[in-house]
Amino acid sequence: MKKMRQDEIFADIKAVFPEIQEEAGSGAAVIPKDLLLKVARYLRGEPLAFDNLHCVTAIDRKEKIEMVYILYSVSKRRALTLKIYLSPEDLNIASLASVWRSADWLERETYDMFGVVFSGHPDMRRILNPYDWKGYPLRKDYTHPEFIPKPRL
Amino acid sequence: MAVIKSAEAQTRKQFERRRTERIPAAKFIHKLPGGGLILATSESILKWGKASSLWPMTFGLACCAFEMIAAGASRFDIDRFGAGVFRASPRQCDVMIVSGTICVKMGGCIRRLYAQMPEPKYVIAMGNCAVSGGIFYHDTYSVVKGTELLGIPVDVYIPGCPPRPENLLFGLMKLQEKIRNEKNAAR
Repeated sequence: MKKMRQDEIFADIKAVFPEIQEEAGSGAAVIPKDLLLKVARYLRGEPLAFDNLHCVTAIDRKEKIEMVYILYSVSKRRALTLKIYLSPEDLNIASLASVWRSADWLERETYDMFGVVFSGHPDMRRILNPYDWKGYPLRKDYTHPEFIPKPRL
Repeated sequence: MAVIKSAEAQTRKQFERRRTERIPAAKFIHKLPGGGLILATSESILKWGKASSLWPMTFGLACCAFEMIAAGASRFDIDRFGAGVFRASPRQCDVMIVSGTICVKMGGCIRRLYAQMPEPKYVIAMGNCAVSGGIFYHDTYSVVKGTELLGIPVDVYIPGCPPRPENLLFGLMKLQEKIRNEKNAAR
């Protein structure tokens, strides 16, 4: 079986979705927010066959919040990283739980830690913190009354 | 004749000393001459029994749990001290070994489990996390900084990250010592 190279994957995706950019440095595919579900369904199906979504998380860059999806294709043995830039004012994004079942809990964790709301998710609750928790702990501006800062020497 | 008698007395004294060392409540027990009866204060017998048959609760919260499991297995064998019957139900236990990091979400469960245990009940805080929050003391939002902050009184603290099984056994012996020296056994 011939393994697909990263640039071949990009050529393949770009032929269908010309809006997709490659992020300099990380090699991730940056996609527009409203295209997410379409791109996900395309990547899941043939010929790319990314059948495994094994990481959903976010990065708080203060001026924007980056969603990160890491995909893996078991048959083609290739990994691909998707990124979506969200503005902190509008943290709504489509849920991928209908495409990959593993997205269910991973998206709940991202909601718990960063406050990104996934529309169309079957069970949008917190998963790690208590259900009545206030705030989103992995945001840069998060504070907690019982937070004891480490003394800097 | 006198020499033999004194030697006999010495042996008896030695035997008596050994017996007192082995059985902690022995100095409260008196043998009635010629009979199979023993006489002791009921409180000392009660305390001895309580200390020698502690039923701990299986309570693995984090990595300290593995040291607790090792202490329960054949190499270290916590059963030698009469505390080998780990129970999964708090209603059958009288010592809670809090072994590991206490998360905020777990705190409520620990409080409820402690409330479900019948009196008399004892708590061992095992490891730095259960003592004070340990390495999670600074810069964390989700860890309770010590078992006492949950409102649970702790009898024995065992520091270490994690403590070795020997440390747990030493802590258990300290708890037994504490139970034997209690003022009011029927608390």
